[in-house]
Amino acid sequence: MFEWMKIPYALLTLFIVVNYGLLMTALIAKIGARVGRRHGIPIYQNYIDLIKNYGLRSSITHGFMFYLGPVFRLTGGVGLILFVPIIYGSEVFSNFSFAGDLILALYFIFFGTLGMALGAGESGHPYAAIGISRGLSQVTMAELPLAMAVFAVALQYQTLSITDIVAAQQGGILNWTLFTNPFAVAAAMMSFLGSMMRPPFDVVLAPQEIPIGPPTEYHSSYLALMQTNRVIFPIAKIAIFMSLFFGGAASWPVFFLKVFLIYMVSVFVGVVFPRFRVEQSIRWFLIWAVPMGVLGLVWV
Amino acid sequence: MKDELKKRIITGPDGFEFEVDPLNDYYCDAPPKVHPPAYVKIVEDLFNWARSESIWILGFGTGCGAIEMRPLMTPRFDAYRYGVQWRPTPRQSNLFIISGYLSVKTLKRVIRSYEQMQSPKYVIGLGSCTINGGMYWDSYNTIKKLDEYLPVDLYIAGCMPRPEALLKGFEDLKKIIRAGEGEGANIYAKNFDWYKANQKKVIQDWDMPDYNW
Repeated sequence: MFEWMKIPYALLTLFIVVNYGLLMTALIAKIGARVGRRHGIPIYQNYIDLIKNYGLRSSITHGFMFYLGPVFRLTGGVGLILFVPIIYGSEVFSNFSFAGDLILALYFIFFGTLGMALGAGESGHPYAAIGISRGLSQVTMAELPLAMAVFAVALQYQTLSITDIVAAQQGGILNWTLFTNPFAVAAAMMSFLGSMMRPPFDVVLAPQEIPIGPPTEYHSSYLALMQTNRVIFPIAKIAIFMSLFFGGAASWPVFFLKVFLIYMVSVFVGVVFPRFRVEQSIRWFLIWAVPMGVLGLVWV
Repeated sequence: MKDELKKRIITGPDGFEFEVDPLNDYYCDAPPKVHPPAYVKIVEDLFNWARSESIWILGFGTGCGAIEMRPLMTPRFDAYRYGVQWRPTPRQSNLFIISGYLSVKTLKRVIRSYEQMQSPKYVIGLGSCTINGGMYWDSYNTIKKLDEYLPVDLYIAGCMPRPEALLKGFEDLKKIIRAGEGEGANIYAKNFDWYKANQKKVIQDWDMPDYNW
C-alpha cells in the first residue's frame, strides 16, 4: 500500500535542500573569495541570479535535445534526492527509499551528465563539444573507483539498501565505514573530488580556456534550470556519501554540518591545487584511486 | 563575399556528398522582436530589481578601457559585492561594456556578440572614445559615436575613468533598470533598419546576415 503522504514529505525535503544548497554554494563562493582576499558575492546572490534568469524575456533554441538537456540534468538531481533517505530514522524525510536504492542512486549520478552531453552537443558550439568529450572521459574514469567503493560497502554490510547501511554504522564514530573500511572511503573521496567540478578536475568547464564548456550556449530559463540542479545535485550526492561512509545523519543540523564539511574537502583541495589536463586526471585516477578501490574490495 | 561563406557541395571522407550553405547553416537571419514587459507591474518590478542586482557582464574588452575592468575583479575593488559578475559567453550576459575606442573591425564582432545576448540587455559606453571619438576623433578606422550603432544605456566619461567611476556607473545603471528604463534591446529592435544602415555604412566587408543570433 503506497502512502500518499510520502509525496508532500519528499517535496518538503526538496524544498529544504534547494534553500540550503542556494545558501551553502554562496557561502562556499564567499569562502573561496576570502582565500583571494575578496569579500565575494552576497550570501543571497544565488536567489537573485535565479529570479533574473527565469525572468529574462527572450530565449532561443537549437533543437529538441537542447530543450531536454537541462531537464535531464535537473531530473538527475531531483531524482537522486527523492530516492535516497536523507535523515536516518525519520519517517518524514526517508523519501521514496527502498531495498535496492543504492543501485538507483549510482545510476542517477551518471544520468544528468549524459543528458547534458546530449543537450550541449546539439547546441553546436565547438567549446561545448570539447567540454563534453573531456567531461565524459573524466567522469567515466572517476566513476570507476566510486563503483568499487560502493561494491565494497555493499559487500561489507551485505545489503543494497542505504537505510540498512546507515543503520549498520550507528553506535559511535568508530562504526563508520570511514574507520571500518578506510580504503573504500579513500577511493570514493578521490572520485568525489573528480566529480565536483572544482580544481584540479575542472578542465571540463575551464573558464579561462574553453569558456565555459558544455553550457556555453545555455541561457535564460535553460541556465536557470541548470543552476537549480547545480545546488541540488552536489548535496544529493554528498548525502549518499554521508550515508555510505560517514554514518549518515539523524537530524537536519547534523545533515547540514556533515554535508558542508564533506563539500569543504573538495573546496580545500580546489583552492590549493592547479588544474589537471584530462589525460593527467585520468592517469591520477588510475594510479591512485583505482588501486585504493581494489584494496577496499580486498579488505572486505 | 569570402569564398568560405559561399554555398557549395562538399564530398565527405566516405564519398557522401552534401551541400553546405554557411550563411544559413551557422546563422539565423530572423529579425529581432520587440519583447514588451508583458507581466503584471509588480512582477515586472520584481524582475527589474533582480536584473539590477544580478548584472552579468560579457567578458569582452574592446579598447584600452578593458584594463580598467580587471581591477574590479580583484580584492581592491571587488565588484562581486554589488552583484556584478563576469560571464565568458554572450548568451548568458546582460551587460556589454564597450571599453574605449572601437575599431571598425571590432565593431563587427561587437555587433555579433550584442545580437547573441538575450533580452533585456544593456550597453555601457566607457571612456570618451565612445561618446565622440575622444583622442581618436580623426582616426580613419574607429567609430566616433557609439549610439549610432548600438543603443547605449549609460556613458562613463573620462580618459580613462577609474574603477571607482565604473562602480558608480553600475550603481547608476541599477537605478535605470529598476525604473524600468533599461529597454535598449527593444529600442534596437524598433529602430533596427536605422542601426543596420549605420553599421553597414562603416563596415565595408559585410559578410554575414543582417541579424545573427
